[in-house]
Amino acid sequence: MVDSSVENIDVRPVNKKENRALFQKREKIQPKKARGDFRRLKWIIMGITLAIYYITPWIRWERGAGGPDQAVLVDLARERFYFFFIEIWPQEVYYITGLLILAAISLFLVTSLFGRAWCGYSCPQTVWTDLFIFVERLVEGDRNARLRLDKAPMSISKFSKRLLKHSIWIVIGLLTGGAWVFYFADAPTLLRELFSFEAPVVAYSSIALLTATTYVFGGLMREQVCTYMCPWPRIQGAMVDDETLTVTYHSARGEPRGPHKKNEPWAGRGHCIDCNQCVAVCPMGIDIRDGLQLECITCALCIDACDDVMDKVDLPRGLISYDTHAGQFDGDPNRKIRVRFIRPRTIAYSLILLLVGSIMLFTLLNRSVLDVNVIRDRNPLFVTLSDGSIRNGYTVKILNKVHETRQFRIDVEGLKGIQSWLETAGPGDHTNLVSVPADALSSVKLFVSAPAASLSERSSDIEVIVTDLVTGGREIQDTSFKGPER
Amino acid sequence: MADKVEKDEFSGTDTTGHEWDGIKELDTPMPRWWLWTMYGTIIWAIGYWIVMPAWPLVSSYTSGFLGYSSRGSLEQELADATAAHADDRAALVTMKVSDVKNDEKIYQFALRGGKSAFAVNCSQCHGSGAQGAPGFPNLNDDDWLWGGSIDKIYETVKYGIRSDNDETRIGNMPAFLTDELLTKDQINDVAEYVLSLSGGEGDAAMITRGKAVFMENCVSCHGDNAKGKNEFGAPNLTDAIWFYGKEKDIIVKTISRGRGNVMPAWVDRLDDVTIRQLALYVHSLGGGE
Repeated sequence: MVDSSVENIDVRPVNKKENRALFQKREKIQPKKARGDFRRLKWIIMGITLAIYYITPWIRWERGAGGPDQAVLVDLARERFYFFFIEIWPQEVYYITGLLILAAISLFLVTSLFGRAWCGYSCPQTVWTDLFIFVERLVEGDRNARLRLDKAPMSISKFSKRLLKHSIWIVIGLLTGGAWVFYFADAPTLLRELFSFEAPVVAYSSIALLTATTYVFGGLMREQVCTYMCPWPRIQGAMVDDETLTVTYHSARGEPRGPHKKNEPWAGRGHCIDCNQCVAVCPMGIDIRDGLQLECITCALCIDACDDVMDKVDLPRGLISYDTHAGQFDGDPNRKIRVRFIRPRTIAYSLILLLVGSIMLFTLLNRSVLDVNVIRDRNPLFVTLSDGSIRNGYTVKILNKVHETRQFRIDVEGLKGIQSWLETAGPGDHTNLVSVPADALSSVKLFVSAPAASLSERSSDIEVIVTDLVTGGREIQDTSFKGPER
Repeated sequence: MADKVEKDEFSGTDTTGHEWDGIKELDTPMPRWWLWTMYGTIIWAIGYWIVMPAWPLVSSYTSGFLGYSSRGSLEQELADATAAHADDRAALVTMKVSDVKNDEKIYQFALRGGKSAFAVNCSQCHGSGAQGAPGFPNLNDDDWLWGGSIDKIYETVKYGIRSDNDETRIGNMPAFLTDELLTKDQINDVAEYVLSLSGGEGDAAMITRGKAVFMENCVSCHGDNAKGKNEFGAPNLTDAIWFYGKEKDIIVKTISRGRGNVMPAWVDRLDDVTIRQLALYVHSLGGGE
């Protein structure tokens, strides 16, 4: 007789290596609900990540006239990216590169310390699959009820349960896709337009696409996405080493496994009572007792399940727990887990993080709100005027990154008798005043002339100086002035 | 390959029988839905062949039911772009061409159009940067044979110079030697005088004789002060810009054989919008009056 306090489940790990054939037929995984610390942690992280996703586009941020008041906005039409106090023009896309580097290295660091924590807790695939399984459990019941329902012939009750489940899934998908588009337009306006059918077609098609992918990935494909479609499990293998904490079955303690009768002595046998609870709760359909494997997303639900069982049979918890690779060969039930946080690998990742983070912070704090580009005409290189003087043409681009119109004056220095005027100016007008609208770029054609006598070489260095008439701030650009061979 | 399928001892997976340096290739099964995805792409491809241009035939190709062609889509895009600027185009032709500069939007539209029309129609003679060549005026400078105001440039582009259009302007440099109007010596003297007008050093006696010849034969077109006259297209001979070149033998050749280059009348080939765009673009190159 098995220990009556623990249910023995007849379950087969469908992703166990032996159960595969050429072109694997997919077997449905019906994960059992787990209870425990990690399950609670996962609920909390799910709440936080979903909240961030849904609330972020609705946060307002004052930017002054002409600027959008949405804190996070990717404005594709006007080519701007807004993130709270940061505003990025297309030519500043290296900030995004920096953010991606920071994200990637952070992931490397976390992975080298705690294994696939990203996969197990905060990856959208995990969060939404968890949410979809939660809905499934609400509608159809826990694992056993769902298995019975799967086997049952089609009936009104079964059909209505299925219909309700898929409907809720599609609604979640709609809300997911619906929230996504708010990152690309003013959220309140877009919401109104969406319901009055005035929103751009691309908004509806994006929502439709994301509804479909959310429904298919979270509801139908689930673990298939992680195992077969995602490259990340393969890449992460490179960051996991002997010191990395992963979800570990302590085989030295657990084996030899076998059913355990109440009051039977534990001596001479392992602590694993082969109840298969760890397999039943696994959303990936693996048996953690086979060791660390590709499919494991380290969601730690098997730890919760096993700890529950260990409590019932009066053994110390932690037969399955976060431990290093070496830990599985330690048979001590009271094993204390020590993490070596400081390792060459983690030091390297931290240094890169610090370096990239500092560069990003420095450049962000010193970001210029005025950019000037001077592009010299190359065809023709220079023009001889009727009085014998030499004229060069320049395109001056002034980027005003402030949300108000600014007035600038362009001066040119560097040669005796040098003169400059705008192409649009009237005859004899050398004031060179340019007004640049808020948060915009103005491109003006500037002509510069100098008497042939002041040119000593074919190319002379000159400076184009753009001065803000209000603040007096200046931006100096070096360029050259070409003339004929002397 | 082994007759019997070998199992990998750690994973229990079949191996393919391939082995490199002791590493055996596992024969891990693919998910079946992946296979169906592949069949799906094949079906998609067949559908694509049916609706899109796909297969080459002997003298044509299967054009597909959707009737798509990249040339057709480009033509559509060009037509759309023209249609999108219908207002700008209408405004450009109704406005006085010299007033366009006051309307920033129309002006920028005209400059962009003018730049591309210039590259297509004008750069062959005037150069891609409008810098000209001997005999083809540089349009960047401030010296104009037929006037550098927007209106005059517009007229020049529209009707051409010495073209076959009735409205064209004509002014010929006579062939003083060929037509026996002057002797070789006289021409040599005039050339010396003309060179001296823009600061060249020369033989004083020749310059004096040349000036007399100039006053008798050249002032009717080039003016008393030799600064030229736009109505005849007669160049200013006192400035630093030389149409055919500043060497004396070139000047002698010009006087002896005469000159008369042709600018086509574009009114017969381009629409008024394009001609206006060209006039404004040329004027914007920096030398416009």
